[in-house]
Amino acid sequence: MTEWLNVILQGVLIGGLYAMFAAGLSLIFGVMRLVNIAHGDLIVLAAYVALMVTQTLGLDPLTSLLLVVPIMALIGYVLQRLLLNRTLGDDLLPPLLVTFGLSIIIQNGLLELFTADSRKLQAGPIEIQTFQVMQGVWVGALPLIQFVVAVAVIAGLQVLFYRTALGRAFRATSDDQSVAQLMGLDTRHVFAMAMALSLAVIAIAGVFLAVRANFDPAIGPARLIFGFEAVIIGGLGSMWGTLAGGVILGVSQAIGAQIDPGWQVLAGHIVFLVILAIRPQGLFPKVSG
Amino acid sequence: MSAFRVEHATRSSRIGVALIAVTLIVLALAPFWGDRQTLRLLAEIFTFVALASLWNLLAGYAGLVSVGQQAFVGLGGYLLFALVIVAGVHPIAAILIAGPVAAVIAIPVAALTFRLRGAYFAIGTWVVAEVFRLIASQISALGGGSGISLPAAIVVAMAPSRQVREFETYWLALVLTVAMLAAIVALLRSRHGLALTAIRDNEVAAQSSGIDVTRIKFIVYVLTGFGTAMIGALIFLMKLRISPDTAFSVNDWTAFVIFITVIGGVGRIEGPIIGTIVFFVLRQALADLGSLYLLMMGAVAIVVMLWAPKGLWGLIADRFGWQALPLQRHLVLAPKEETGKKA
Repeated sequence: MTEWLNVILQGVLIGGLYAMFAAGLSLIFGVMRLVNIAHGDLIVLAAYVALMVTQTLGLDPLTSLLLVVPIMALIGYVLQRLLLNRTLGDDLLPPLLVTFGLSIIIQNGLLELFTADSRKLQAGPIEIQTFQVMQGVWVGALPLIQFVVAVAVIAGLQVLFYRTALGRAFRATSDDQSVAQLMGLDTRHVFAMAMALSLAVIAIAGVFLAVRANFDPAIGPARLIFGFEAVIIGGLGSMWGTLAGGVILGVSQAIGAQIDPGWQVLAGHIVFLVILAIRPQGLFPKVSG
Repeated sequence: MSAFRVEHATRSSRIGVALIAVTLIVLALAPFWGDRQTLRLLAEIFTFVALASLWNLLAGYAGLVSVGQQAFVGLGGYLLFALVIVAGVHPIAAILIAGPVAAVIAIPVAALTFRLRGAYFAIGTWVVAEVFRLIASQISALGGGSGISLPAAIVVAMAPSRQVREFETYWLALVLTVAMLAAIVALLRSRHGLALTAIRDNEVAAQSSGIDVTRIKFIVYVLTGFGTAMIGALIFLMKLRISPDTAFSVNDWTAFVIFITVIGGVGRIEGPIIGTIVFFVLRQALADLGSLYLLMMGAVAIVVMLWAPKGLWGLIADRFGWQALPLQRHLVLAPKEETGKKA
């Protein structure tokens, strides 16, 4: 019994990480209907940026966020202004192909710079700290911090979307791009800000990913898929839905892994496909995609 | 009354067809003029022409941008190995069986992934390919995660000598690829092809002209699954070894195929052929660069997509009005005295 409680709790906590993968993806889809195939590779890029920052400045991973987040946000802004804005329009193919090309470029660029060796960020003694929640049920400090940060990120995005001028600009552009433009919004800038925000979330997710487990240049696509599954399970356009989706995916994978280690990822995919079959709009839908 | 008829052929397409016929004869005779290395390279080129043409049909015409076609390449490969090793079927028969089996499997896959729109459909197809890969690595009879080789006895039994077997495989690759291309051309020249071209140009307008867009997309998805799996089976008959990672590789069977199609020209039958030639010339020239080569392919595809979205063939076709195959429809007005009855 406590064994299963442990498994489910670990799944919930990892779900926070998946929710952060999903939030960045959901954000830019919401604002500009762009699905970024390079999303997972950008998460891995953030992990490598954090690796360089921690190694050269001797910072611990969580402090390195102070640098990694603005660096990634800047990359996002520039990427959108110079490249991705050119792909937006009625045609589906250009954004998909350009972000797909970007994904290949990032993967192979990282491979060229850092080789295929696995890396990991060392967070020091905090990595092995645990609390006992109840008899036989333990929680690691780091997974707990990660989950709390994920909830805070999603709450923050929610506030930003509904309480700030930038959020109003995001919602206006999302509703009707040409009217937003007529009202004096520079949509190229709004899109670039959305991408910057998405990559800021990616930066946080990337650092936690890199602390939690080994990473190498090839693991990006799987992170994209986990984020995507969390978005669809939760329902398009709902920020809290992505958290629910991430948690459901995390728990499914944890249960799958408990049954047979080879079933961890497969169990997540199967739950995703079942939800797609019986409730294609997701559990907490907001906009019809 | 109807003093006109519809023609497909133009002067450039007549020259194109003649050139293609000559090329095909030269290629069919390749075992008599090429060495073993050349035959292998040509056969590999054929498989990429076929894969790219199928993806082009799917994405360029039906608007179904899939990044999960490796699901069907790998499925075809694994069906070949399963049929040959477990059921004792002859490899060539196994390739022919792989197509219809994959088409049957494509039906529920389409039913699921079609619930996702546009770009989310793309990632949905990728998830399906991942599911196939993970299931394949659980099948211990076919080597599980580490894969399996085609038993030597079966390979030897295929033909009286190694040379004959290599000739056979080469001709098989040529025949299968030409058959795929012919089927695609026949489809595009048919009534459904007109509907597909309409969908390519404007989906909403096509729908309002009475075309059942979803049904046609469904049919195209299943048909490309059929063709892609047969080519997949052929690819792994040539490789003689299969593993989940090679069979369901997103780089080999989707990234390359997409780059080829985009560089050659999406939504045109000639595009994948031009793209494959460019791709293999670049590969022969830059193969030593390793991962940098892939990086450059990605960059070239982005540049082409942004600044020449119709690809190389699109540039040529727009500039000179050429078409290598008789696909576009033209109205030809008949002289008055003829009572033209053809439609």
